[in-house]
Amino acid sequence: MSARSSTRRLTRRRFVAGTSAAAVAVAGFPAILRAQGGPIKIGLLHPVTGPISFSGLQCRAGAELAVEAVNAAGGIKSLGGRKLEAVLGDAESKPDVGVAQVEKMNEAGVAAIVGPFASGIALATTQAAAKHGIAHVVDVGVVDQIVERGLANTFRFGPGLKSIVDTALSNLVKINDGAGKPAKTVMLVHEDSAFGSGMAKTLNERLPALGFQVLETIPHATPTRDFTNIALKIKAANPDLVIPSNYNNEYILLARTMRQQGVRPKAIYSILGGGANLKFIKESPDDAAYIIDCNHWFDNRNAEAKALRQKTEAKGLFITYEVMLAHECVRLVADAIERAKSTDRAAIVKALAESTWAGHFMPYGPTKFVNGQNQGARPVNLQVLDKDFKVVFPPDVAEAKPVFPMPRT
Amino acid sequence: MSQLPIVVPSVLNGLTTGAIYALVALGLTLIYGVLHIINFAHGSLLMLAMFGVFFLHKLAGLDPYLALLVVPPACFVAGYALQRGVIARASHGKDHNILLVTLGIAIAIENVAIYFWRSDTRTLDLSYAFDTVNLGVALVALPRVVAFAGALVVAGGLWLFMARTDLGRAIRAVAKERQGARVVGIDVEHVFAMSFAIGTACVGVAACLLMPTFYVTPQVGHSFVLIAFTVVVLGGMGSFPGALAGGLIIGVTESLCGLFLGESLGQIGIFAIFIAILLLRPSGLLGHRA
Repeated sequence: MSARSSTRRLTRRRFVAGTSAAAVAVAGFPAILRAQGGPIKIGLLHPVTGPISFSGLQCRAGAELAVEAVNAAGGIKSLGGRKLEAVLGDAESKPDVGVAQVEKMNEAGVAAIVGPFASGIALATTQAAAKHGIAHVVDVGVVDQIVERGLANTFRFGPGLKSIVDTALSNLVKINDGAGKPAKTVMLVHEDSAFGSGMAKTLNERLPALGFQVLETIPHATPTRDFTNIALKIKAANPDLVIPSNYNNEYILLARTMRQQGVRPKAIYSILGGGANLKFIKESPDDAAYIIDCNHWFDNRNAEAKALRQKTEAKGLFITYEVMLAHECVRLVADAIERAKSTDRAAIVKALAESTWAGHFMPYGPTKFVNGQNQGARPVNLQVLDKDFKVVFPPDVAEAKPVFPMPRT
Repeated sequence: MSQLPIVVPSVLNGLTTGAIYALVALGLTLIYGVLHIINFAHGSLLMLAMFGVFFLHKLAGLDPYLALLVVPPACFVAGYALQRGVIARASHGKDHNILLVTLGIAIAIENVAIYFWRSDTRTLDLSYAFDTVNLGVALVALPRVVAFAGALVVAGGLWLFMARTDLGRAIRAVAKERQGARVVGIDVEHVFAMSFAIGTACVGVAACLLMPTFYVTPQVGHSFVLIAFTVVVLGGMGSFPGALAGGLIIGVTESLCGLFLGESLGQIGIFAIFIAILLLRPSGLLGHRA
């Protein structure tokens, strides 16, 4: 009996202690935070594990550098210098996990979300964010549908697939014409989810009208660890151009297997080539040599772009388009919050829709969103030359002339 | 035959993949032959071995081929301990219990792996991964040639071991007639555990031969174990030559189906064969009729 009553006393004491702690937590801390103008939470949602984790991690690194940069520059000035705070989420390379992360971020009280690299995930996460009225800036996901569903909260800073393909094809025709039209036949190799399949469908519709014959279209899964069969098929069909549309690991493996099997087309011309990046170029320069990729890239001449490259490399990472786009998407959100003078989600959405931000380092011009799509966004053509990634087209931003067709070594 | 220049390399490529399938299937068929159970944990053990090879290279700088000196013996010990310490105890002498225990072990291992290593796809970057051997008709990747040779050596060694050693004879005796073997003084529990250990060592070898060209994720065992089941059924449950032949047939089938039907559909042929075998020759190519 006495034992039981002692337990009761302890429980009561704990209860009182617990309640007062809770009271401090509820009443005390928010007051302190308000006085300091506590940090503004920004959700950074990326696939940092799973088959596309390389790109996800690059995005996250760029976005985190941008948060640091905004904070180092004095935070959000219109809100008394309030700082940004990253709320990190891992979409695990799966749309359903991405949606779960949006729900978590909503609970955490984020003002906006930047992410989630892959189109397949973006289709799901933008919709989930729309339910809570959270502004969702898509950093890379290029599928056109993302901004075509009338979701008022969804914005894309970079170009969409249709505009990228338009630019890439018109650049291809110009480069080919400039070299005396050596390329006539094409083979497409694509991964079989939303991005690769969408690209292959569009290319199959568009290439014949531009004078290119599509010999074959080969889909493959992500991950795929053996491209020997595909390389053999390419060897047998002997196309002038090979256009791969896949993510990092498969892109690199395909390029390396093609070289291994002695497949040398006139050019490997990728559109948003997942593996066309400095990591690949530094690790296997011979396999990467002369690959042309039409992709997102910053204006190399911009001082802030150069600074970001240095900061990224100082972290032991390679500078890639993922770093650039995620970085600028966070700064776009910061600019919107600055103008909204509020962390109210609707006000941020409105500020993004009216955005005319020119302070970025992409070759786009000031932002102008129509139905969530930034109108000035465009890709550029890069080529692996001298073990580096050089902008070769269009001429207004080019550092070097394209080498086309590539030398057969 | 304009297709010939690509069919020959594709067949060779399939043979090298098939040798690895055979190696995984050899372990499975040994365990089946002796313990009369399908070891569902086989794929998870392969995955663990592959992670072992991966981390030995990443952390200790050990070449996957040198890991052959470490990983298969470790697998052998782990397999022995697993059979004696967990499976035998939990099964209470009933075969259908063993089936469920191995399934439980598989689920546990996989989820622990996901917890520690996430679902990342990891690959080794080795200087020789893209070297080729010119066979005249085709360029075959060097690690694949090594894997093919390694698998044949292990299969041959295993066959010799079963045919010539006392333990091999004991294993065959237990497989044929458990009670009889016990009566003549064979330590049946020890033989069970040795079979499990050797079967697990086989996946250890497979892991070392695979890592130079393959990736590892906590789910990587699934694809192999499913194919290994097919190989075992195709070759005849418990038959070593059957597993070897079955593995090579399945490897070539997958490669050719991938070539002609598309990469995403490469496995259709495997399961078509599986169904055909079950319908037409349920005992397998080299299996004994029940």
